[in-house]
Amino acid sequence: MANALVTGGRVSLGLAGALLALAVQAGGSPFVTPGSQAAKERSCVEATDFMRRNHMEVIKHQRDATVHGGIRSTKHSLAGCIDCHVARDAQGQVLPVNDEQQFCGACHDFAAVRLNCFDCHATVPAPAPGKAAGSAGQALGGASPGSSLPPGHPQPAAR
Amino acid sequence: MKNPSDMKNSSAVIDEGRRGFMRTAAGVATVTLAPGVLLHTLAHAGSPGQGGGVPRAEPVTDAVRYGMLIDTTRCAEGCTACVSACNRENGLDLQEMPTGADPALWDRQESRWIRKVKVQDNLTGHVSNLPLMCQHCEHPPCVDVCPTGASFKRADGIVMVDRHLCIGCRYCMMACPYKARSFIHANVEEKLTLAPRGKGCVESCNLCVHRRDHGQPSTACADACAAEGHHAILFGDLKDPASPLSQALAKLPSRQLRENLALNTGVRYSGV
Amino acid sequence: MKRIVYREWRLAPQRYWGLLALLAVIAGMGGLAFWYMEHQGHWVTGMTNEIVWGTPHLFAIFLIVAASGALNIASIGTVFGKTTYQPLGRFSGLLAVALLVGGLLVLVLDLGRPDRLIVAMTSYNFRSIFAWNVLLYTGFMAIVIAYLVTMMERRLKGYYKAAGTLAFTWRLLLTTGTGSIFGFIVARQAYDTAVLAPMFIVMSFLYGLAVFILVLMFACAQDGRPIGPYLLKRLKGLMAIFIAGVLLFILIYFLTKLYGAKNYDLVNYYLVSGGRYTLAFWFGWVILGLLAPYGIIMHPALGQDPKWIAGASALVIFGGLASLYVIVIGGQAFPMTLFPDKTILESGFHDGVGGQISAYAPSLPEVLLGLGGVAVALLITAVGVRVLQFLPESLADKDIDPHAAVKA
Ligand code: SF4
Ligand code: SF4
Repeated sequence: MANALVTGGRVSLGLAGALLALAVQAGGSPFVTPGSQAAKERSCVEATDFMRRNHMEVIKHQRDATVHGGIRSTKHSLAGCIDCHVARDAQGQVLPVNDEQQFCGACHDFAAVRLNCFDCHATVPAPAPGKAAGSAGQALGGASPGSSLPPGHPQPAAR
Repeated sequence: MKNPSDMKNSSAVIDEGRRGFMRTAAGVATVTLAPGVLLHTLAHAGSPGQGGGVPRAEPVTDAVRYGMLIDTTRCAEGCTACVSACNRENGLDLQEMPTGADPALWDRQESRWIRKVKVQDNLTGHVSNLPLMCQHCEHPPCVDVCPTGASFKRADGIVMVDRHLCIGCRYCMMACPYKARSFIHANVEEKLTLAPRGKGCVESCNLCVHRRDHGQPSTACADACAAEGHHAILFGDLKDPASPLSQALAKLPSRQLRENLALNTGVRYSGV
Repeated sequence: MKRIVYREWRLAPQRYWGLLALLAVIAGMGGLAFWYMEHQGHWVTGMTNEIVWGTPHLFAIFLIVAASGALNIASIGTVFGKTTYQPLGRFSGLLAVALLVGGLLVLVLDLGRPDRLIVAMTSYNFRSIFAWNVLLYTGFMAIVIAYLVTMMERRLKGYYKAAGTLAFTWRLLLTTGTGSIFGFIVARQAYDTAVLAPMFIVMSFLYGLAVFILVLMFACAQDGRPIGPYLLKRLKGLMAIFIAGVLLFILIYFLTKLYGAKNYDLVNYYLVSGGRYTLAFWFGWVILGLLAPYGIIMHPALGQDPKWIAGASALVIFGGLASLYVIVIGGQAFPMTLFPDKTILESGFHDGVGGQISAYAPSLPEVLLGLGGVAVALLITAVGVRVLQFLPESLADKDIDPHAAVKA
């Protein structure tokens, strides 16, 4: 009985989320950065509205699973957020997600919540695959278009 | 099975050895089988910032214990290939000296995970060269002393710091018998996706944990040493009796550094 | 025995506010130093990957050790029933809390991530003596405050003895914990010995007492409260005993270290070849910090003069800082024995090449942060004695212990 209730609750929550996602989609979702991968997606990795409120919990949960359990396969990774939400300028340079005008930076600025993920974490995606410089053990690609690093470095500079 | 861009992706991984290649190929296949659904998984499987290869989906277990054998007789004097490879792999070369800092002082403040050491026996005069890094102790003093539990040992034997919990008290640096740890003394502007780093926390060698979590066979230092033709560093699973590491350890006489502390280190040395 | 009358500190306002302003300025400079270090990172300090604990820790540990020692006076009065000391109990408790707050502040503000203090409070690794210390410090604070209440509130008199005994036991645990922070470090030759725990206890007795005497004499001199010669004689007598105790433990420390051949080089480093650390050991700690004050106290003429007794206390405090310089920084500077019976010829990470000692030069912000902690401790004391009744109106012998007055 209780189980059924919970399940029912989950279903309706999920439905609400899906509806909201659809609504946002229909309205052209003004909340993601134009030109980012996210702008092309139907919703975030979970219902957008859910993510809007709970992304920190999701990320925090994932962080413990990754650091202690080594789990890197899930859709809830911070690197995934960055890959999807990062935008590029007119020259094709990636713009750090925590910049004032960018996805993470703008909203945290507006909400006045300190954003300290990027004290340590990279703010631009790792470079695209298939550009490996071939150095031993580096399946990590060379400099990406937006990179200021010499070719062959695993990843571009992140500010 | 694959479109051209997938081919390109896989070819980058071939260097990694057959195993990595096979897994990547398998991963890509899964994704192609179930398009829409696994869209996100695809983005990650191929994402180089995650280290290439297939990302781990299950928590690590103690069925493996990672370790190394360092054959000092093969370690060449003056060669620092392992050090440069580590610096590049883990973004240590992205550290910048703050403006106004004293270079001599900064040299002692910069983070380093691995260093070359040259030692001479006081009695016999015998000289050995060796790389020294975190020894991945079974009973790590750094973990014992850490007040918050930020220093921890993963199930697979890798000792590392959870930067989210580290308060930067440096007690672990006091306690490490190998001086393996570094404190981040300044802001870090540039960092890698696979190796986060920030002011105020402590860090040390993590046996290229991102490679472990993507099923890759070796570490940056061991690969670099092999590429130089020295083969002084052998990485592998200490618990698998069939692993090349276990086989080599069974044959070569080796020891732990500071064995009197009985820490049962995961990194072993021979010829010193 | 007469009833002891406690009174707030009655200083002329200008004098009082002047004192507070001075202390506030020093504390403020410590705050600025913290802000600078926190903003820039620790590269602006002299601390490195070799010397990971520097001047802030030296001050912090001194203050923490002195805090538990300062409580001794109250303990002697309560636990050991020495009535002469009882009128000093309140002041002793106040000073203990104030010193602890100052010391902890320095310790916390030196963290790499002081913003994560909440993590240190909520996430514990119970194998870590450091984590235990967090509990010991907070517990000490709470217990001493409760103890103070039993002293100051008549209706709670019944709990006075119990609270005092608990506080005394706790302070022993606390200093054992502080000493063990070093004692448990098997990696470094200078530490790695259980002797450090009792040694820190004796050091705390001495340094806490010296700070207590000096601050008490200053506070009483400021608004003309007399301190009887008999009381002073008892206090300096205690100091002499504690000095002898510290000397004894230094001896025991070196004897334990000399027991194994592997530590000959360490003993040689401290006593002969350690450069500035050898100097600090002999001149700072042993001669100026222990022998000289002992000589003054025991001197038939100088030992009677309050000014000289104050001077001896100041020397002990100086020696205390020197001792922590030797232990905390000197202990780290001594190269770790990574390869016994081998000499390191080259290293990419400053591993004591050729037995070389690690370099360390404190930077200004570090020193200011440490002094800031001292200022905060004194600030709390100054405000405390001003607003609450911590100090007896008179410490003249006839007022606190008529029998003693006769004996003196
Ligand atoms: S070598 Fe040092 S950092 Fe590594 S596990 Fe042992 S104590 Fe910890
Ligand atoms: S510096 Fe960080 S990892 Fe090291 S003991 Fe302190 S909290 Fe733990």
